[in-house]
Amino acid sequence: MKHAIDIAAAVSAKESSAVAELATSMAAIAQKNEAIHAFLYVDTDGANGFAAAVDQRVAQGEKLPLAGVPVAIKDNLCQTGVPTTCSSKILADWRPPYTATVVERLIAAGAVPVGKTNLDEFAMGSSTETSAFGPTKNPLDLSRVPGGSSGGSAAAVAGDMTPISLGSDTGGSIRQPAALCGLVGIKPTYGLVSRYGLIAFASSLDQVGPFAKTVTDAALVLEVIAGHDPMDSTSLPEPAPSLVAHVNDGVAGKRIALVKELYEGADEEVVAAVKKAVAALEAAGATIIELSIPELRLGLSAYYLIAPAEASSNLARYDGVRFGLREQGADVSEMYEATRTAGFGAEVKRRIMLGTYALSAGYFDAYYGQALKVRTQMIKAFAKAYEQADMLIGATTPTVAFEFGSKTSNPMAMYLSDVFTIPTNLAGDAAVSVPFGTGENNLPIGVQLLGPGRSEATLLAGARVLEIADGRP
Amino acid sequence: MTLPNGWEMVVGLEIHTELKTATKMFCGCANSFGSEPNTNICPVCLGLPGSLPVLNKMAVELAMAIGVALHCTIAPSTFHRKNYFYPDMPKDFQISQYDLPINSRGYLDLPDGSQISVERAHLEEDTGKSTHLGGSGRIHGADRSVVDYNRSGVPLVEIVSGPDIRSSTQARAYASEVRGILIATGASDGRMEEGSMRIDANVSVRKSGQPFGTRCEIKNLNSLRSLQRAIDYEALRQIDVLEDGGTIRQETRHWDENEGETSTMRTKEEAEDYRYFREPDLVELSPDQAWQDRVRAALPPMPAARRARLELLLGEPTEAQRDAVGTVVELNLDQFVIASAESNLDASLAVARAANEIAAAIDNVERLSVESFVTTVSMEQSGNLSATQAKKVLGELLEKGGDPVAIAKAMGFEQMGAQALGELVAQCIAENPSEWQRYREGDEKLSQFFIGLVMKLTKGQANGKAVIAELQQRK
Repeated sequence: MKHAIDIAAAVSAKESSAVAELATSMAAIAQKNEAIHAFLYVDTDGANGFAAAVDQRVAQGEKLPLAGVPVAIKDNLCQTGVPTTCSSKILADWRPPYTATVVERLIAAGAVPVGKTNLDEFAMGSSTETSAFGPTKNPLDLSRVPGGSSGGSAAAVAGDMTPISLGSDTGGSIRQPAALCGLVGIKPTYGLVSRYGLIAFASSLDQVGPFAKTVTDAALVLEVIAGHDPMDSTSLPEPAPSLVAHVNDGVAGKRIALVKELYEGADEEVVAAVKKAVAALEAAGATIIELSIPELRLGLSAYYLIAPAEASSNLARYDGVRFGLREQGADVSEMYEATRTAGFGAEVKRRIMLGTYALSAGYFDAYYGQALKVRTQMIKAFAKAYEQADMLIGATTPTVAFEFGSKTSNPMAMYLSDVFTIPTNLAGDAAVSVPFGTGENNLPIGVQLLGPGRSEATLLAGARVLEIADGRP
Repeated sequence: MTLPNGWEMVVGLEIHTELKTATKMFCGCANSFGSEPNTNICPVCLGLPGSLPVLNKMAVELAMAIGVALHCTIAPSTFHRKNYFYPDMPKDFQISQYDLPINSRGYLDLPDGSQISVERAHLEEDTGKSTHLGGSGRIHGADRSVVDYNRSGVPLVEIVSGPDIRSSTQARAYASEVRGILIATGASDGRMEEGSMRIDANVSVRKSGQPFGTRCEIKNLNSLRSLQRAIDYEALRQIDVLEDGGTIRQETRHWDENEGETSTMRTKEEAEDYRYFREPDLVELSPDQAWQDRVRAALPPMPAARRARLELLLGEPTEAQRDAVGTVVELNLDQFVIASAESNLDASLAVARAANEIAAAIDNVERLSVESFVTTVSMEQSGNLSATQAKKVLGELLEKGGDPVAIAKAMGFEQMGAQALGELVAQCIAENPSEWQRYREGDEKLSQFFIGLVMKLTKGQANGKAVIAELQQRK
């Protein structure tokens, strides 16, 4: 499949059209989605309308950075009139009356949303196996998971059904599936991208970001969706940064720190890939140092208190009163109970219970309060590291894509697949996963570059160096 | 009401007031009372998945105005989530302020000279409104319930007093004074009957000098009369329990206006664990000094200052006059009195007419111009109208509007000119020579006897002061 930047150029030059590009994408979806199950819903009519509108706008001389580029949208982002389920039975029939800011910005930039992609229920999981509508398969090996929670969005791109897609990353939900599917995935700085219309999992950690096959495509999408949104109070005040113009800036003179806690415990082949990436960066002119940031080891524990605590509150509204599933009950309390019992899956229930407990009177200080302190420590530790280095490097995930069912019986094993990605969310910083080398069964390995807030341009330039070194000029 | 056997009540009030903003607290929906149900709603105030709150600056400004008026410290503050399930609360949590309120540590001076501390005045959002139909009429046991979300997300300020109130009268005076401040700042219309101001009362009792007793909270008192009655009832109930050797359980109680009694809603053990935590969708609220200064500068005079100004016009007011001044200020009638005084009229007469005659027809006050009021008071003071006549003219002005001179004429009040009155007085003197003799010898009380006679002859339309003047002239 053509890259987004080439599609946009062709459609803008009227060498192609949005309608034609959409047809290519729709044909691929028709051919592959049944096996891969990346999409929960394909919005044929809506996409046709968007594509026709793009061609008209191009004909009228409008310059559109994503002219005619088909895009897949994670099904926790609202789009007017299009089912938005969070892969949960509780929202199975819900169609939002409004559109998320990021989706609006994509449409305004000429992109054509083709449908909604599968995820772990309410983005809680690392494999799409908690989706109420069945898992997504990794297009590179159908016996393996695509990662999660944004597994459907990763599989849509890895499976050549769309050139780009949107995911959301609360503890690694973009970077981990990007690594497992051989894609570039960005977790932007907290507040860089609007959360308005992103169905919240953990509000202080959630960020929307792109999947793409190339660093340039990922940069292009992020440029379009980033920038202040008055509808999101936590949105940063600045306009979107310039990214595409800087992807070839290189890393000469940059200080890059290899961080022990960001690869120790990973499979040998993953560690080897990280070290090879370090060598490639050094060869490109970066100064390499080695660091230990012991605080990062506390990330997983803090995350599994903070994220469930916020989720327990964010998910309270699914009560059967106003929208979504409603089960009958003799009175309102029984209705709540019946609805939430039937509507939520096991992982969501587990996290609601964890979070409720962590916030309860008598336990708050020991759990949620303590986790907040750890979070503060982590922010300070990262800030200190960024005094010594412009970016950090490590693995994105401990392993390559794993087989279905291999971690479902042990939640802790599943949680550990996000151990390297979670610290960035707690700090509110930026990180990029870029494919670098392969491991077992020729499956891709993801290397992670981490930077301070608003360092996306630097990180993408670093990722681009690795992309070239890995043989994708 | 005095409590028996040396008992003393300790009361603190939580006053919730809806802010009179054009739009809701976290979205652009209209904040208006009485619209068709579920017409002022959007994804944000319905708590639809993916929606986010954005704080309304006007709500912050009105909250600061309340804080300034209550002598509070305005400080950087944060929002928290108060988590509990209820159908009229769309997100199943309420966004409120918790450990860091926008306004803290203020006080309020009451007209009787006492001072009540204000612990905090914080921002929060209102819920929708549930109506339970059929069956018990309450949420459990109703046939069905309907919810109107127009009120959902309307900005509220909750003003929490210290436990400084010692009587139901004082509680009422405090609530009334707060209401006056809310109206004066423009923060609220203070309409308790429409629910734009609701009060919870924390009541405990103790013997004087003893530590505070266990308190009970009476929820949702929606008139000053209910407030006063509920507090008195609750204090006496607690005294009964304690004097019978019982103990007070900390609990939330419901006031039944018809039965005139409180009853248990839920005990402390049944109280919800609200699992408060910082609202991650909002950032810290830190109004800068310049913004605070603008709010402070724009604040009109508060009721206490306005009362002081009117009382100055009265010289040394009696307690009854002070009450009347309180009414004048509460009903925002200051200008009637001030204009009268500026026309060199008797301020006490103007206060009396404003606090009684205008107050009695306050809903029609816009029909009465300040000029008409001043003219009427002037006619009364100069003797052209008796007190009764002046009241009737004011009544007519408030009823229909118009020109006071023309009204007095149409009512036939003007023929009682000085000459006619003089003739009547002369007639009364002639018919009662011995009383007249005693009056001339210094028995001033007899002036009332002659006034009575003249009033009888004029069917109450004479001016008492004018009668005395006539008597003096003939001594």
